[in-house]
Formats: sequence, structure tokens, C-alpha cells
Amino acid sequence: MDISFDLLGNALVSGLLLGGFYAAVTIGVSISFGMLDIVNIAHPAFILLGSYIAYIMNSNFGFDPILVSIVAMPAFYFLGVAIYHVYDVSFERRGDTALRGLAFFFGLLFITEVGLVLIFGVDYRLVDAIYIGPTLHFGVIDLPLRLLVPALVSIAMMGALQLYLSRTFIGRAVQAVAQDPLALRLMAADPSRIKRIAFGLSIATASVAGAILIIIQPIEPSVGRDYIGRIFAICVLGGMGSFAGTLVAAVILGVMENLTATFFGPSWAPAVAFGFLLLTLAFRPSGIFGRA
Amino acid sequence: MKNSIFVLWLIVAALLTYVCARLVDNAYCYFAGYVVLQYIALATAWNILGGYTGYVNFGIPAFIALGAYSSVVLHKLTNLPLIVMMLIGGIVSGLVGVGTGYLTLRLRGTFFSIATLAMAVVMQTLVTNWAFVGGSRGAYIIRPATVPYLGIDYIQYLFLMMLGLCVLTVGVARAIEKSRLGYGFATIRDDELAAEASGVPTLRLKLIATGLSGGFMGMVGAPLPYYVTYLDPASAFSLSYAVNTIAMPLIGGTSSWLGPILGAILLGTLQQVATVTISSAWSLLIVGVMLVVFVVAAPKGIIGWFWK
Repeated sequence: MDISFDLLGNALVSGLLLGGFYAAVTIGVSISFGMLDIVNIAHPAFILLGSYIAYIMNSNFGFDPILVSIVAMPAFYFLGVAIYHVYDVSFERRGDTALRGLAFFFGLLFITEVGLVLIFGVDYRLVDAIYIGPTLHFGVIDLPLRLLVPALVSIAMMGALQLYLSRTFIGRAVQAVAQDPLALRLMAADPSRIKRIAFGLSIATASVAGAILIIIQPIEPSVGRDYIGRIFAICVLGGMGSFAGTLVAAVILGVMENLTATFFGPSWAPAVAFGFLLLTLAFRPSGIFGRA
Repeated sequence: MKNSIFVLWLIVAALLTYVCARLVDNAYCYFAGYVVLQYIALATAWNILGGYTGYVNFGIPAFIALGAYSSVVLHKLTNLPLIVMMLIGGIVSGLVGVGTGYLTLRLRGTFFSIATLAMAVVMQTLVTNWAFVGGSRGAYIIRPATVPYLGIDYIQYLFLMMLGLCVLTVGVARAIEKSRLGYGFATIRDDELAAEASGVPTLRLKLIATGLSGGFMGMVGAPLPYYVTYLDPASAFSLSYAVNTIAMPLIGGTSSWLGPILGAILLGTLQQVATVTISSAWSLLIVGVMLVVFVVAAPKGIIGWFWK
């Protein structure tokens, strides 16, 4: 195999940017699965829902997809609150999260996907924005804006969430519920309410993740499935609830996938995430930063 | 009821089904019946792991496709009878199940579920890149018009094979339920930590359940290329297998062998009707909605309404 430096450098840089985007896709699961122990495998479906909302507003009214997604965040938050309420009443209080709780989210994933197929069909959809075409050049390295903007938005969103979780009362309570719900109850805070807020936040991130997904690639309803392996691989590798870990793991996966796609062909890229996930689960289930 | 007597009853039921199909004597009847039978076997196989031990396997399409693609390979290289192909498909699939299980079953149950979900994606990537079995273009299988020695239509032969497989899976599932093994599985489902502490070899039992469950799914998949005659990765790995196979036991009831059968007959028939009268996308939506409604509102499934 002939490895040229230009090709390698470009693969590394776009892998880094892709990793930034993967972090935005995963951050919601880092909250729901990592902190709250809710195995929300339907998260990619909510991301696609965000993509389609950005698509409708962009193609009909010409609004910027990222702005649309930020405006739509409260709606996603309340959707998350509603879903958590059903989940809490039906499964957590009955102590039946393992089998039926998982099946519940699997059903939601499937309903959303089929629903999107029924409304939009299986054609690929994309959006228009000024930053989708141009590319910055630094010597031999290319920086396509349609990868750079999503990575920056993603990092901004993670920073804002990190600030919220470490500085506000509710944010600290979310971190506390991840560690010890009983202790939180003894402090006179209601773990159910805190978890509802946190789950709402995790679904709200799906709105923004969806908008940057449709900026990066054209989408159709089953695209979300490719992300399930990636999301959970990153979440576990990053040490579950940790944001910094999530970002590092996302960048590692992005670079690995991009190198695979560049040197072996793009059809092999989806296998990388699974290999990653399986190796992580087999050898370092507590993540790269965790104590084994 | 003793297991031998139960199996006799199963065989009688299977023969009655076949006689009924012969009386209708319409090729569509076998085509539609095959799908329902396939789901009875799949739902029962899934329930051996999911219902008895409480570990959720989302990788059903991967196991089916393993069986189906081993048949494609064997069809190209050899001239083996279908029943041998089904056995080989089952063994391949069972071994992959045990392998995945060995890596992930030592962790919390959710990790196993996520790993199986991701496994389906990677298997699809491998098959899509494997030119020998057709790659992304898919593989064509030309099936004989009639079966030698028996003198019946091939589709009727496939129907009979699937009927036999249903008897086998349901027989094994019920035998497990009433045995030491079944009680071991139940201890894992109810409280794995307590089971482990009392000396139940939980990892070994989970691996047995995964192997059996995956193996039966592979056996269901093995005749699939002959049924569809054209197999491509997108349809072999279709998510609708997964949602159907999970919905059926959960709707019927997971605690007994009867639940998956009830769920499979109900949902399988409903879908055949809905696919013909409305559209296949709507029929899948119905299954998804029923799954969510049942897990929220009727956690014990249909049999929970009758057995208190």
C-alpha cells in the first residue's frame, strides 16, 4: 500500500473534525446511559427527527439548520420529559428496566424510523447553507467548512452543558443522581424529577446533533442505525458519563474510521465502530480513563 | 405432561396444520404459512434467551443472515440436502452467538444487548464486502421445481421443513422450561447476583442459552435463500426481523413456551393481512406500536390475562 503524506494528513484532520461531530451525537447518550443508567437505544431516531425538522425548515423557508435546531431544543426537551415519565412509571418503578425497558426504546426507535419512512420516503435529503460548499486550505491540508462548523458547534454545546452541570444546583443534582440516588433523596431532592430534567436535556441535544448530521451527510430514515454502534462504542470507551472522555473517544473513533475509509474503502468504515465496541467491552469495560 | 407426550401432541398439531394446508391447496397458502411458521420458530428461539434468562438479543437479523449465507456458500460449493444445510447454518450461528456472548455476557446485561445490535451492523458490512456471496448486489438461488422422491412442490417442502423446525424449537423450549436448566435460567432472570452467590454457574448457563437461541435462529435462516430465491444484504439484515421477533414473545408472554407461539400467530397473521390490504410499511408500524403498548400496559403479555 502506498501511503502518501498528503492523504494521511487530510484523513487525520477530517477524522478529528468527524470526531467532534461524533461527540455531539454521543453526548445525549453519555447523559442518559452514562449518568442515568437509561439504555436509550432510540437516541439515533431522535437525532434523525432533528435532522428532518432542520430539513423541513431549511427547504421550505431557507432558515439556517443550526439556528432551527437551537430553537427546536425546548420542544425536544419536553419530548424527553414525556418519554422519561412513561419510562419511569412503567419500568423503573416496577424494577423491569432490563427486558421491557430495552424493548420499549427499541419499539420507539422502530416507530420513529417507519414513521419517517411513511412521511418522507426513503430518498436522501440534504440542506443548504453558506458554509456547506467552501473549504479552507492550509498548505496541503484541506479544512472543509461543512465538517469544521459542526465540530465547533458540537464543542460549544458540550462546553455549555459542562458549565450547566458543574455550576447550577440542578446540574449538580444530576451528577449526584448518577452517583447515589438514595443520598439525593436524603437531601430532600426528588431523584425522579432530576432524572426527568436530565433525560429532557439529553433528548434536547439530539436536536442540534440532528442538524449537524444533515449538514455533514445526506440522510434517509435508516441512517440512524449506523450510529447506534458508534454512539455506544464512544460512550463506553469514554468512561460512560464523562464529557471529556466522550470527546477523546469520539475523536479516536473518528480518526480510526477515516483512516479505514481512506485506505481500505468507505464500505469497511461501519465495522470499525463495532470492533472498537467489542474490544472495549472485552478488555476495558470501564473505558480508557476508567480504573479497570 | 411428560416431554415425550408433549412432543407427540406437537407432531399431531403440525400434521393437522399440514393437512389443512393441503386441503386449501393454494401455493399462496404455503408462502404465507411459511412466514408465520418462521416467526413461531424465531420467537421461540429468542425467548430461550430473552424470556427465560432476561437477556435481550437485538442481533436477530445477524443470526438469520449467518444461517442464510452459510446456505448460499454451501449451495455454490456443494450439493447437500437442505436439512444438512440447516444443521450447518445452525451450528455456525450458534458458535457466533457463544463467541459474542463470551466477550460480553460477563458484563451487565445491557452491554450484551448493545453488542448484539452492533454485531448486526458489522455482519452486514462483512457480507456487503464479500464478493463470493454476491456482495451488495445479492445472490440468486435457483431452486428445483419439485423435490425428488417426495414429488411435491418445493415451496411445500420448505413449508414442511419449517413445520418440523417449529416442532423442534418448541419441544426444546418446553423441555428446558421444566428442567434443571430452566430453573437455572430463571434464577438468572430473577436475581443474577443471588444466583451467582448460591453457586449457579451463571456464565455457563447464559452461554448455553445464547448458543441454543442463536443456533435455532440460524436454522430458521438457512432455508431463507431458497424461499426468497434472491438474497441481498439489505433484506437479509432487515430490522423488521428484529422488531417482529422481539415483539412476538413480549406480546404473547415471555414466561412460557405458549407465549411466543400466540404472539407469532397473532402478529404474523395480522401482518400478512395488513401487508396485502394496506402496505408493508404500515404493517411494520402496527407491530412497533403494539410492542410499545404491550410492554407499557400489559407486561405479562396475552397469557398474563388468563393465567394469574
